Amino acid sequence: MLLTVTSTAPEAADLGFLLHKHPGRVQSFDLPVGTAHVFYPEATAERCTVALMLEVDPVALVRGRAGSAGRSGFSLAQYVNDRPYAASSMLAAALGKVFRTAISGTCTARPELPAQELPLVVEIPALPSRGGPDLVERLFRPLGWDVDVRGVPLDPTVPAWGDSRYVELRLTGTLRLADALSHLYVLLPVLDGDKHYWVGPDEIDKLLRAGEGWLAAHPERELIAHRYLANQRDLAAAAVERLAASDVLTALDGAGTFNGVGAFDGAAAGGGAVAGAPITQEIPEVAAAPPTPSLARLRADAVLAELRDAGARTVVDLGCGEGALLARLLEDRTIERVLGVDVSHRALEAASARLHLDTMPEHQRSRIELAQSSLTYTDARVAGFDAAVLMEVVEHVDLPRLAALERAVLAVARPRVLVVTTPNSEHNVRYPHLEHGHLRHHDHRFEWTRAEFEEWATGAATRNGYQVRFAPVGAVDAEVGPPTQMAVLTRTAPEDGMSA
Amino acid sequence: MTEISVPDLSLIVLVGASGSGKSTFAATHFGAFETVSSDFCRGLVSNDENSQEATADAFDLLAYIVGKRLDAGLLTVVDATNVQPHARKSLAELARAHDVLPVAVVLDVGEDVCLTRNAARADRSLPAHVVRRQREQLRRSLRGLGREGFRDVHVLHSAEEVEATTIVRHPLRSDRRTELGPFDVIGDVHGCRSELESLLVTLGYTLVHDDAGRPVDAVPPEGRRAVFLGDLVDRGPDSPGVLRLVMGIVAAGHALAVPGNHENKLVRALDGRKVQVSHGLAETLAQLAEEPEEFRRDVRAFCDGLVAHLVLDEGRLVVAHAGLKEAYHGRASGRVRSFALYGETTGETDEFGLPVRYPWAEDYRGRATVLYGHTPTPVAHWVNNTMCLDTGVVFGGHLSALRYPEREVVQVPAERVWYEPVKPFPVAGSEAGVAVAESGGNRTPDLLDVTDVLGKRVVETRTHGRVGIAAENAAGALEVMSRFALDPRWLLYLPPTMSPCATSSRDGLLEHPAEAFAQLRADGVDQAVCEEKHMGSRAVVLVCRDQETASSRFSIPEGMTGVVHTRTGRSFLDDARTEELLRWLRSAADAAGTWKTAGVDGGESGWLLFDCELMPWSLKAEPLLREQYASVGAAARSALPAAVRTLETAERAGLPVGDLLARTRSRATNAEGFADAYRRYAWAVDGLDGVRLAPFQLLAAEGSTFHDRDHLWHLGVVDELVAADTSGLLQATRRLVVDLDDEGSVAAGTAWWEELTGAGGEGMVVKPVANLVRGRRGLVQPGIKVRGREYLRIIYGPDYTEPEHLARLRERGLGRKRSLALREYALGIEALERFRDDEPLWRVHEAVFAVLALESEPVDPRL
Repeated sequence: MLLTVTSTAPEAADLGFLLHKHPGRVQSFDLPVGTAHVFYPEATAERCTVALMLEVDPVALVRGRAGSAGRSGFSLAQYVNDRPYAASSMLAAALGKVFRTAISGTCTARPELPAQELPLVVEIPALPSRGGPDLVERLFRPLGWDVDVRGVPLDPTVPAWGDSRYVELRLTGTLRLADALSHLYVLLPVLDGDKHYWVGPDEIDKLLRAGEGWLAAHPERELIAHRYLANQRDLAAAAVERLAASDVLTALDGAGTFNGVGAFDGAAAGGGAVAGAPITQEIPEVAAAPPTPSLARLRADAVLAELRDAGARTVVDLGCGEGALLARLLEDRTIERVLGVDVSHRALEAASARLHLDTMPEHQRSRIELAQSSLTYTDARVAGFDAAVLMEVVEHVDLPRLAALERAVLAVARPRVLVVTTPNSEHNVRYPHLEHGHLRHHDHRFEWTRAEFEEWATGAATRNGYQVRFAPVGAVDAEVGPPTQMAVLTRTAPEDGMSA
Repeated sequence: MTEISVPDLSLIVLVGASGSGKSTFAATHFGAFETVSSDFCRGLVSNDENSQEATADAFDLLAYIVGKRLDAGLLTVVDATNVQPHARKSLAELARAHDVLPVAVVLDVGEDVCLTRNAARADRSLPAHVVRRQREQLRRSLRGLGREGFRDVHVLHSAEEVEATTIVRHPLRSDRRTELGPFDVIGDVHGCRSELESLLVTLGYTLVHDDAGRPVDAVPPEGRRAVFLGDLVDRGPDSPGVLRLVMGIVAAGHALAVPGNHENKLVRALDGRKVQVSHGLAETLAQLAEEPEEFRRDVRAFCDGLVAHLVLDEGRLVVAHAGLKEAYHGRASGRVRSFALYGETTGETDEFGLPVRYPWAEDYRGRATVLYGHTPTPVAHWVNNTMCLDTGVVFGGHLSALRYPEREVVQVPAERVWYEPVKPFPVAGSEAGVAVAESGGNRTPDLLDVTDVLGKRVVETRTHGRVGIAAENAAGALEVMSRFALDPRWLLYLPPTMSPCATSSRDGLLEHPAEAFAQLRADGVDQAVCEEKHMGSRAVVLVCRDQETASSRFSIPEGMTGVVHTRTGRSFLDDARTEELLRWLRSAADAAGTWKTAGVDGGESGWLLFDCELMPWSLKAEPLLREQYASVGAAARSALPAAVRTLETAERAGLPVGDLLARTRSRATNAEGFADAYRRYAWAVDGLDGVRLAPFQLLAAEGSTFHDRDHLWHLGVVDELVAADTSGLLQATRRLVVDLDDEGSVAAGTAWWEELTGAGGEGMVVKPVANLVRGRRGLVQPGIKVRGREYLRIIYGPDYTEPEHLARLRERGLGRKRSLALREYALGIEALERFRDDEPLWRVHEAVFAVLALESEPVDPRL
């Protein structure tokens, strides 16, 4: 929570005028996040340094006064917290308050000063950088700074742990002070990637105001907008639109894709049993061929085609996640009843929002239900359906628990048809970003080769009176097969296979 | 005087014209809530008790109320005219839908009486022709009432008779709750008289023979009674002999019996009705043909007089030939009888043409034990507190009995295969039978249903009463349990949270032993044991003596001999390291002889369940250590020295920054202390090298739980293991006993804590030596943690010792945490005791799951 700005301009002490803070005094400001102190450790004609030090109250931070209501992320909710040390959004907020006039570029006493470019050095000892030293470079260098950034070890007594997420930053450049401060004001929270307050629409105005004159031309403007607006995608998209409208920019794609986030496979959302896992960690499976539909789309198409062929009128989506497939099922008027179940309550809330269940017309609403359930427990609510779907779900269940899933679904719920899709692990070698031996999603408990999947599905079918056939999903690679594999199990034995 | 006897669970439908005195009759003979009046329902839905327009809604409501009461097993009276057949019919159907007997009581009083009473009523004036019409409808109905489905019809012919009538209630024939046992419950005999004699003798009965040397009675051991589960006859060599013996035992009051489907069919055959003479009935009829007519008559009367199911032992035991689902216990209807005799089938047949039976026992969640036969099974085993005792004696299997309440199976083998089954019967002990037994017989893996855990629940615990679980907490726990936890069959226990001591007001301290000692003393505890608080993670270890025990007792697959799991039921280590850890622990238990004495009454146990700490903490929490603790340390290490330097420069320049500089220097020191504190929790491990396990309590073993053994006993068991351990894996727990009434002893306890924490230790846990203790206000906290000053930096932040922070941090409420600790503690014990008592998996899981659900209650995680 320390930041110093040093001017080595011929009249270095003019810094005091620009900042509206007298170099001979120590001033303190009570802010919602703590107390900010401004003082000049050095103020000579040749060299003038201003220090902004923010004392964050760690207890108040947890107990609510300055805490961020409604958020319970680990890093912000704990007493053990880097906020009292790191140059975070709190320091940026303090900067914005304490040096507001200087940022706006006004100086009534010496109106000519703000326009002057000064030789400046900015030093920040503990700057959190989500993106490492490299991102710091990418953000500041285009703005005319000479960037000296050094990693801070996580713990010098444990060298194996490597560097921390903090860097020691020294920026050198000849810039207007107002610009320098606005760069810091915007980019500290961007690097930190965590806002201490709730981000509302007025943040867009703040961002556009503070970034006036430099943000629109910044090569990383989309990342800046996205991160500054604390990952609120809608807000970020609105900000980019407004940036585009400012006529400075060439046309943006407008798809709301920031930092590649939009290109991620939607399967993460449909990842069923695991919804709640961070979507952004899904490996982008489709980055290679933009004109073809995404694998998620192909997968849903394949499942829907099977359901149509089976003449299913009632369908239960087991592990529906955030409801990607549910939306498609509702589009098909031949399907009379859809039930989406997931073990994650949060996923179901997301699905409900995504499908707009609360405002759906009654006749439509009556076709769909969502319920929390678990595939390792039996559940009468998932029984009695023409078809059940396990789309990219089984690989999220620990192998030893698959027997319980098999019994709950095939022996007890007994849909007429069960469609199962799962990654084909042989295909993983075709993903250049996927390290050898790694799984496609951090929550995958396993990924099966075609032979392994066939062995399981055939066994499960035989044990429970079903027939099974297999089909590829996605382009079939001659050597390693399709990216996704699908099994369709059809009940052969009469209603109940369990004989006494 | 007329006495009407009604079953104490029945739906009594009053029938009579307006003014016939129904309401008065109901008010005289039944409780205030027992009568549901159609007029009252009219009032509820329309504000007008006489509104005819409200009739349909009023009867909907009436049916709803009646349904709720019958569900709850409450006798209910319907006060409405009910003079029309369709009205009565729907009530009779309602009764049947709830498996309750419908009874009609007709108040057939004179027209003049009705008219006079109507005229006298201030609130209503019904035209005379309406009353007349009602009387006519009633009279027309009288003859047909029995055919409308009423079990009993009582007609009272005059106002005087109505006046003079009394109502008595009698229990249903199935209600034998006052029979407390103990019982010997015997499965399907199927004419195997010789085996029945052997079994009775094995059970300690003395056979009584008639002059012809035929057994006609068996005198039970003191106080016991036999219970026959039906299917005495057919297929076997001597159905008449079995009948003679059983009828004799029952007649002598030495046994109870329920009928089987074969008896049911025999009665119809003896009545000369057309029945399909198959499944061994032909043999029985041939054998009976050689008996005197009188014997056949007795047989018919005996079989016909049997009640399809019996509820015994204050409702704790239910017997029925084919079993009975909970909703049917103590109920009476055609379908209840049919279920009891035949069970439910799915309507399908298997490859042998036999009906596929609905596996009701898998869904059974009732508290009563249900014993039944009907479906031959090689091995009798418990499924959700139910047991099938038909072990196929007639097919060459065994004749089985269960001693109740001992729950001990007693068997005699068949003398031969008396009857070839349609589908091969795998006899226990034969090659096929062994295969079946190994695969768990025809038992399906214990199935848990979401309704066992989801929604708002109340878990009954024997140590702490009813523990409520909020629906949203159960929802959260379902996700954790489903996504991360081990198989519920291996998850017998989750450890409870523990409360810290009351907040200390000593300088610079948040916690101090004095508060823990004082709290226990106030709860009436005189001796406490202080146990060092290990700097690791809580771990529960289930270790089996061998693979065989692991698979037979816990269905643990090949290659695994136990589990090592976290507080949330997640496996701690990968499979290989888990097995290695279990191997070392097993060797120690072998050497220490722990298996030999941990079981019932100091006997053997093939498995042990330990509560432990597993170290280092970084084993589980390395990501947290790095991303949270070390990160904060790195930020502090980078920021604070720079800030100190800058302030020093400013001070040299003459600026008044002294206070700020002092504060910042202090914070720099705090940050170093913080880093020192977290570093003690991390060390490198390679495989199991560097891993330490400190068991501190033996939670359970076969047939036993140990929460009533004092902690020194527990620590003693562990000390022996540690002494026997050659791997260096096991670590003892340092401890000190403190006599809470002795100031010197208390001072020594405090000094010990100071020494532990001064050397960088986490602190200690203070427990009543006696383990589970009940004080004046219920359960005493089983453990109170007192954490060290430096350790708390990683909980409350590096600067928590600064006076202005400490003052605020002292304002922490412990009430919720303490209450939570007790509830979780009680649930943990409950889970262990349920497992010990062989209760069904869902009952054990219910309590284990509840601990996890409670853990999601919002309580300050720093406590």
